[in-house]
Amino acid sequence: MSPRLRWRKFVSGFMLTMTGACALVAVSVLFFVLGYLVYHGGTSINWNFFTKLPAPVGESGGGLANAILGSAKLLLLASFVGVPIGFFGAIYLAEFSGGTIAFVVRYAADLLNGVPSIVIGIFAYSLVVHPFKHYSTLAGGFALGLMMIPITLRSTEEFLRAVPNALREAAMALGASKWKTIATVIVPAAYRGILTAILLAFARVAGETAPLLFTALGNQFWSPGWEQPTASLPVMIFTYAVAPYDDWHRQAWAAGLVLLGLILVINIVARAILSRGIAVPRT
Amino acid sequence: MHASVRPALSVNIPPLVTGATTRETSAALSMRMTISKVNFFYGNKQTLFDISMGIATSKVTSLIGPSGCGKSTLLRTLNRMHETVRHARLEGEILLDGQSILTQDVTAHRRRVGMVFQRPNPFPKSIFDNVAYGLRINGSKAPIAEAVEKSLRHAALWDEVKDHLHKSAYELSGGQQQRLCIARALAVEPEVLLLDEPCSALDPISTAKIEELLVQLKDLCTITIVTHNMQQAARVSDFTAFLLTGQLIEFSPTPQLFTTPGDPRTEAYITGRFG
Repeated sequence: MSPRLRWRKFVSGFMLTMTGACALVAVSVLFFVLGYLVYHGGTSINWNFFTKLPAPVGESGGGLANAILGSAKLLLLASFVGVPIGFFGAIYLAEFSGGTIAFVVRYAADLLNGVPSIVIGIFAYSLVVHPFKHYSTLAGGFALGLMMIPITLRSTEEFLRAVPNALREAAMALGASKWKTIATVIVPAAYRGILTAILLAFARVAGETAPLLFTALGNQFWSPGWEQPTASLPVMIFTYAVAPYDDWHRQAWAAGLVLLGLILVINIVARAILSRGIAVPRT
Repeated sequence: MHASVRPALSVNIPPLVTGATTRETSAALSMRMTISKVNFFYGNKQTLFDISMGIATSKVTSLIGPSGCGKSTLLRTLNRMHETVRHARLEGEILLDGQSILTQDVTAHRRRVGMVFQRPNPFPKSIFDNVAYGLRINGSKAPIAEAVEKSLRHAALWDEVKDHLHKSAYELSGGQQQRLCIARALAVEPEVLLLDEPCSALDPISTAKIEELLVQLKDLCTITIVTHNMQQAARVSDFTAFLLTGQLIEFSPTPQLFTTPGDPRTEAYITGRFG
């Protein structure tokens, strides 16, 4: 073997090992996080965790039922804000807009997607919290909804654009108006992709903490209605993790596990939706 | 424009052969559609020049010519599909049953003039829902199941699909999908059916089935077909128009065009010297 060939073989082997090791680290981070959460939080997850209010400091037991319900309410509100705006905006972008407008809107959506979530929180604070003079579930849901808009918009648009033009022509040639074509052919052809996009946007904001810190704030008790501060899983994790009580730390780990489990389930459901039903073949 | 590229027969009614094979008289021939002095532009580029011709009722008219001659463009103007393209502009007049199509409501017009495309383009729905689509969006009061069966029978597809109407249309073969698209177009009972190279993506057996079908469908509606394939035009059509670089070179009864072409360019094309 010539020295040159030997050197090449060495470089090849070295690069292969290095790239493989990086890939291994990338996946092992997920499993490490998951394992750590199960190890620390698994023991604190019991029936009480899902049904009881937090126990006062010094008492053991109690649960985070209010934070679980609070997160559910916040995500419901966020969907009411983010899904319709993202969805209908995407229809406009994909089916109606000309080059310049589409470019501007798309670019703005990408920028909005990159805005730090704490800034979204400040924005919601000044727009909703400040005028009403108190923190509320509404303000938190509004902030999370804003974050859902660009994700829903951009991915829905991609799925709409992937619908072959031949289907638009087929519907129009049968006398369907533009709106009828969209409602009866384009959206049904893309609905699995759109649903997946919405679920992923949902999963993304489910774990957001920063926009909730000064909108939904947090609450040790139930939050009736929509106009009071509410507990939520991410903020609860934050508060409990930095508190000096072991009992709280365990609850924070458990909350982290529940949140991660929720997001994993959403991701798996989204992938399952995407892989079944009548798909439009690529031409 | 050069004088020598004027259409040889720029007529509304094709001249008729008075031979044993053709017994028709011009009195018996009515025009379902009339195209007069149509010019067409994509932006600044003109793609059709002063086209005038008629589409005879209950006949098959074929448009032939080499790629880029404007035959598909001409076909698409007949149900105003050209309006879906940005910067497309049409000058001239097109009549359906004596009325201008350009001033009609476009969706109403497209229900009267159906279209089948080059590649089969069924919707991602069941076979049944594909055929029922046109009826449903038009709010038809007719019993849908019967209309679907009738259309599938007309498209010679019923026997092959009657036991699995609720399967995805994509489970059909390419030829079956194209006949499904024909059935879908027929379901709204159009007066004219336009076909844009309907067999170009199909195998010879499927092609033969569709050709046979077209001849049968004549009684049901007027047919205009764009084809790349001269033999196909000769087999299925009653009248043939030959287009070249956006101009109508010759328009005659099919046997005449293929046996005694009136223009040297037509002869050069049909004998395979170009295109």
